[in-house]
Amino acid sequence: MSAPEPIADHARFTPARLVTLLLVVALAAALGWAVWSLPADSPGLTGQSLAQLPGSGVTNPVTAAVLNYRGYDTLLEIAVLLLAVLGVWSVAKAEPRADDAPASPVLTAFVRLALPVIILVAGYLLWIGSFAPGGAFQAGAVLAGGGVVLLLSGGGRAALAQEGWLRIGLVLGLAVFIAVAAGTMSVGGKLLEYPPQHAGTLILLIESAALISIALTLVALFVGGRPPGRSNRGLSEAGERKDGDES
Amino acid sequence: MNLEPALFYALAGVGLFAIGLHALFAYAHLLRKILALNVMGGGVFLFLIAIASRAAGPVPDPVPHAMVLTGIVVSVCATGLALALANRVQATTGKMQLPDEGGGA
Amino acid sequence: MTFLETAPWMTWTVLLPLCAGICTFLFRRAAPWLGVAAALGNALAVAALTAQVLRGGSLRYPVGGWGVPLGIDLRADGLSTLMLAMSAVIGVAVSVYAARYFSDEGAGDDLEGQRHKRAYFWPLWMFLLAGLNGLFLSADIFHLYVTLELLGFSAVSLAALAGQRAALIAAMRYLLVSLLGSLCFLFGVALLYAAYATVDVTALAGLAKAGPITWSALGLMTGGLLMKGAVFPLHFWLPPAHANAPAPVSALLSALVVKASFYILLRLWFELFRSVVTLPAANFLGLLGAAAILWGSFQALRVRRLKLLVAYSTVAQLGYLCLLFPLAQNAGVAFTAWSGCIYFMLAHACAKAAMFLAAGNMAHAAGHDRIAGLDGITHALPLSVAAFMLAGISLIGLPPSGGFIAKWMLLKAAIASGQWGWALLMLAGSLLAAGYVMRVLRHAFTQVDTALPLHRVPRTMEWTAAGLAVLAVLLGLIAARPLALLRIGAPVADAAVATDAEGPR
Repeated sequence: MSAPEPIADHARFTPARLVTLLLVVALAAALGWAVWSLPADSPGLTGQSLAQLPGSGVTNPVTAAVLNYRGYDTLLEIAVLLLAVLGVWSVAKAEPRADDAPASPVLTAFVRLALPVIILVAGYLLWIGSFAPGGAFQAGAVLAGGGVVLLLSGGGRAALAQEGWLRIGLVLGLAVFIAVAAGTMSVGGKLLEYPPQHAGTLILLIESAALISIALTLVALFVGGRPPGRSNRGLSEAGERKDGDES
Repeated sequence: MNLEPALFYALAGVGLFAIGLHALFAYAHLLRKILALNVMGGGVFLFLIAIASRAAGPVPDPVPHAMVLTGIVVSVCATGLALALANRVQATTGKMQLPDEGGGA
Repeated sequence: MTFLETAPWMTWTVLLPLCAGICTFLFRRAAPWLGVAAALGNALAVAALTAQVLRGGSLRYPVGGWGVPLGIDLRADGLSTLMLAMSAVIGVAVSVYAARYFSDEGAGDDLEGQRHKRAYFWPLWMFLLAGLNGLFLSADIFHLYVTLELLGFSAVSLAALAGQRAALIAAMRYLLVSLLGSLCFLFGVALLYAAYATVDVTALAGLAKAGPITWSALGLMTGGLLMKGAVFPLHFWLPPAHANAPAPVSALLSALVVKASFYILLRLWFELFRSVVTLPAANFLGLLGAAAILWGSFQALRVRRLKLLVAYSTVAQLGYLCLLFPLAQNAGVAFTAWSGCIYFMLAHACAKAAMFLAAGNMAHAAGHDRIAGLDGITHALPLSVAAFMLAGISLIGLPPSGGFIAKWMLLKAAIASGQWGWALLMLAGSLLAAGYVMRVLRHAFTQVDTALPLHRVPRTMEWTAAGLAVLAVLLGLIAARPLALLRIGAPVADAAVATDAEGPR
């Protein structure tokens, strides 16, 4: 791929820019005035969240809010994660590494040392999320960081090429969440109404599946394109050739 | 003037939102636009955390924290999709910039 | 009480498309079958939900059993149910069309590209459907933000699916606008929570009072939604995005996705911010609508590409929807205007989807979509041209069609409340619509001596386009039922007839 043309984007005080600046300043002033008028002390929903905490299955109020009170938001949010990978894969193909030079030995050694620790930290964060700050998203981010470093050091490419397993891993979080949701309805409750004695276990189950999906999704977003499998060839080149008024 | 921490951070969130908004319109480079959107998102999240801290007692209001968690994830997904699209725009037009044309006739 | 009557159909309208999205992602070969089956299943679930609402009035479903303000509520009243029905019916038609459109036979010389589009269309469309259904049912404004993002990402990815340069540029622009709109909306949600400690629409409707917070939130959320709904002057992203997408995608985008933002705008202005909106603000939105009608129609008369004409027609027709705001400020005609606007959304969705599918057929046959080059296409595609014509009749607002009923109600509201300006504007809009529809039909019906080299268009594609167009016309004959459904839980009181109020306003 040729080097892109540089764009001269330096600060220019054109009239259009000045008008934009003034409008944005006006908007900020209006919003600032509105924020100023907010009450300084407001408990919000703290009282109710803490009051309902014993029946929520966890003791961390944020995890209770994310996975129990507002679990429906989290369900769609995990769907958004899968959708983002879908979108990226539909648009772009992962570029193969241009250089075959081996990665820096410092990086490789670091990865060898750090990756087990990263996996351990991710598991710990997942488990601790029920009692203290932590949870599936935080753990997934840490695990994804490990995945990114692994890719940068040259490893892991073979694993990413296993497209079937990769797809299963990506949908796992959403699939388990939907299964639990359907399950809660089938035993006569409302959608995502966990039975109080099993709430903690169900939350941990959902979070564990979500951990894998979140980590794989973030790494897939980093890779930035669909795997170059047999059935995935063709569109990038075709898209660049065709132009004009095709429907 | 007694600027409580919550109010200060809430105003800082507004400020970030405004800075990001200006950058979104002022720059043509797609990467700058995407970063501007991230800064705007950061401003909204800062605002939410700030208002959550207004709760008396040791525990902040967990609902805005849950909203911020959701928002961060959605923001990352948006950035991932935007970057992939921007890459393709650059691959097909040669520039990391949207051409300034209308709908075309 | 049978299973059919008590099952939580609301939740299945969201869960079913999500499952279908997963399955079409995992099983690429069976994706078209799974997609069409899911669209049909969704239609059945929506039908069952409609029966529940007709029988029992507005439904409210506390997800997780928590209830507001801690939990999220789903709400199905007349408006939500009609929107769900609109998405379900158009979804089935477009799914059947797309199953043939993306088939190997229609691929031409780019089989790999066609397979790619087919593999990714179905999961993206299923997520789009899940986002739409979730949006129409949500009574929680933060949850609306999440569904808006779900909708936006799938719409952008679908718009980029064609893969050529123009589509990618249009999709990038669409994504940037969509993200900006969502962030403005989210900031509004955050402001409202900061002030009132709840994000439920009904609860906020009771709490919201005029003041700097509510004005800021109203401004931000309205601005964000106008961007996502392509209301003039923030419409610039729509024509290239809709024109460069594959035909079934254009149909979905114009018929359904832009309506979702407008639906949220309705909920905000008529419920949440009811005590905050002022007449000047409503008139301002009306003026934007007027500009949209005139500008969109003018552009549609000018452009040379068929799909771009249809896309500008969408910009113009969305302007009519904004006329509701000034018309509804007069309590005497508010319900008539409300009914007219909602019915307009339904009729336009059917007609615009039919028009895009028919345009897709014509472009597929001719190999290009230049209007001037479509001379004599009636001989090869009589059904598609007929579909285009019927859809045009609804867009213009000629009887009998859904568009006529909708415009009739809006005109009645305008004239009865003495707002002659809006009435004249609507009539002008109808004339302009006739102008650009005739532009296309003039070429289609031209007699040519030499036959053009045309590709074969599968019968299924023609019949689905025709079916939607007939539905747009049928909406003019069966208006009573949908309008009766609309009364359930309507936030606008009918001055003439006592409606069943949903609660304290």
